[in-house]
Amino acid sequence: MAPEVRTGVPADRFPASASSTFPYVLTAAFLGVLAASLYTAQVNPRRLLEGDTLGNVLRFLRGGIPPNLSPTFLHQMLRPALETVQISVMGTLLAVLIGLPLGLLATSSLAWSGILHERRSRVGRWLLGFVPYAAARAVLSVFRSIPEYVWAFMFVRAVGLGAFPGVLAIGVAYGGILGKVYSEILEGVDPKPLETLHASGASRPGIVLYGLVPQALPSFVSYTLYRWECAIRASSILGLVGAGGLGQQIELSMRFFQFDEVFTLLGLLFCLVASVDFISGRLRARIAR
Amino acid sequence: MRAAERGPGTAAALPAAPTGGSARWLLTMGFAVLVVWSYEGTGVDPAQLFGRDGLSQIWAYVAKLFPPDLSRTALREAAVGAWVTFAISFVGSVLAVCIALPLALLTTRTLLYRGVLYEGRRLDPGARALHLGIYGAAKGLLNLLRTIPEILWALIFVFMVGLGPFPGVLALGFHTGGVLGKLFGEVLEDVDPRLLEALQSTGASRIRIFLYGVLPQAAPQCLSYALYRWEVNIRAAAILGFVGAGGLGQRIHVTISLFLDHQLLTLILAIYVMVTLVDFLSTYLRRRLV
Repeated sequence: MAPEVRTGVPADRFPASASSTFPYVLTAAFLGVLAASLYTAQVNPRRLLEGDTLGNVLRFLRGGIPPNLSPTFLHQMLRPALETVQISVMGTLLAVLIGLPLGLLATSSLAWSGILHERRSRVGRWLLGFVPYAAARAVLSVFRSIPEYVWAFMFVRAVGLGAFPGVLAIGVAYGGILGKVYSEILEGVDPKPLETLHASGASRPGIVLYGLVPQALPSFVSYTLYRWECAIRASSILGLVGAGGLGQQIELSMRFFQFDEVFTLLGLLFCLVASVDFISGRLRARIAR
Repeated sequence: MRAAERGPGTAAALPAAPTGGSARWLLTMGFAVLVVWSYEGTGVDPAQLFGRDGLSQIWAYVAKLFPPDLSRTALREAAVGAWVTFAISFVGSVLAVCIALPLALLTTRTLLYRGVLYEGRRLDPGARALHLGIYGAAKGLLNLLRTIPEILWALIFVFMVGLGPFPGVLALGFHTGGVLGKLFGEVLEDVDPRLLEALQSTGASRIRIFLYGVLPQAAPQCLSYALYRWEVNIRAAAILGFVGAGGLGQRIHVTISLFLDHQLLTLILAIYVMVTLVDFLSTYLRRRLV
């Protein structure tokens, strides 16, 4: 035990056989990429201590303290703040509507392999199972690889300004993520109940409904709630491209150097995110019990 | 009551619900109200979206994007933008770890004032109050860093240090630093205490217990989290350019604003390729290291 603890990384973590050089190669690659990236990203810590920067920091803080808490401003901001919550709820709901069917199709144990398809012919499995499976995986991968922010920008172009493109953006981007996670959850369920149902002669929908869904549902709900927490953060920034919510107001206030308003809005955002985290956390704890 | 009839049925579907039907019913009602309220507020209009106008509008927009602009200049722009975005995400993630580690140590209760480390050697009240204060301050700082999304940090840093990739790096470092700090803190608190007790029984000092007991147990999980956040950051870095923080986002902003649709598709493809590559690399490294 002792030598293992002393090295920090247990010796068996890097199997000695083929990969004894792996840590060194990795470290060298890491340092090389880091150096190149530092150069490309124009990282310059000295810039942080220059007079201009410090002056701007002071200006920001002095402008922001005390924050603008006038009733008129707060009243004006109530609507965008609520809209942020609404966008997150509708966006997450849409994401479930997109993610669930695609996620089911993208589950190999549902689509083409395993217990449900034992009695199918090979060609049938390939055409009716594998082709939709691969297509669903590809769609999910495109949906989630493009950031919600870029989706929002494109949807603003396609359907106009407002909260609606924000809902669509979160729905599509998070639909891609939810679909992938749902399929991972479904593939991870215990196959024994499915085999029992199968042996008892249950139909395919029956096996899915009574064997698969009850096992997967708690994880589904829990992960979806977690995504809702992420959606509230996302919906608060989508406004920067004109998709409604608090983000738009924050950008406006920042542009006009109204830092007292920026501080108020950041405080509002903090409260929103904290309360959604709290609610979602409580619900998830209940599900986990 | 219909709700009471339905209660047990739904409760059976969710095996982990010990509470009665009324709480469940209340929850369902609350959820329904939330959805209806949000539906009204966001002006979502499925008829408009799936009606002839909405779909044809979206279809027309998508059709305009094709084919992607594959001319040499467009490809070079995309490649340079992707490399800058990669650099921002990489340095930003490293900075985030540098910010997260010290703050995580200060928010680990088992290192500050309770648990195995303080069993035999209790803190005197003054020191305990000091440690509690440090814990509270660090926790608050982490919450602040985490709650402000990276793009708002970028907006603030662009104002402070000017345009370019550097404010993007700072923005990713601050936000992700907050996220990782919280995650690292949880990992550090969750380590197996038996190993620490064993070390303590040999008379090891607190520092030794931390170095040889806590750290080796927590390192793999922390590394895994850092790699996972790098995957998140590559997506975030791709959009920071919208507020002037360099990389692909800046070019996307320009192409969308100037209606350069074919170039936009090239850039989106570049994001897709880069994100997929980083996901693959990160998954590979996690499997290899953790």
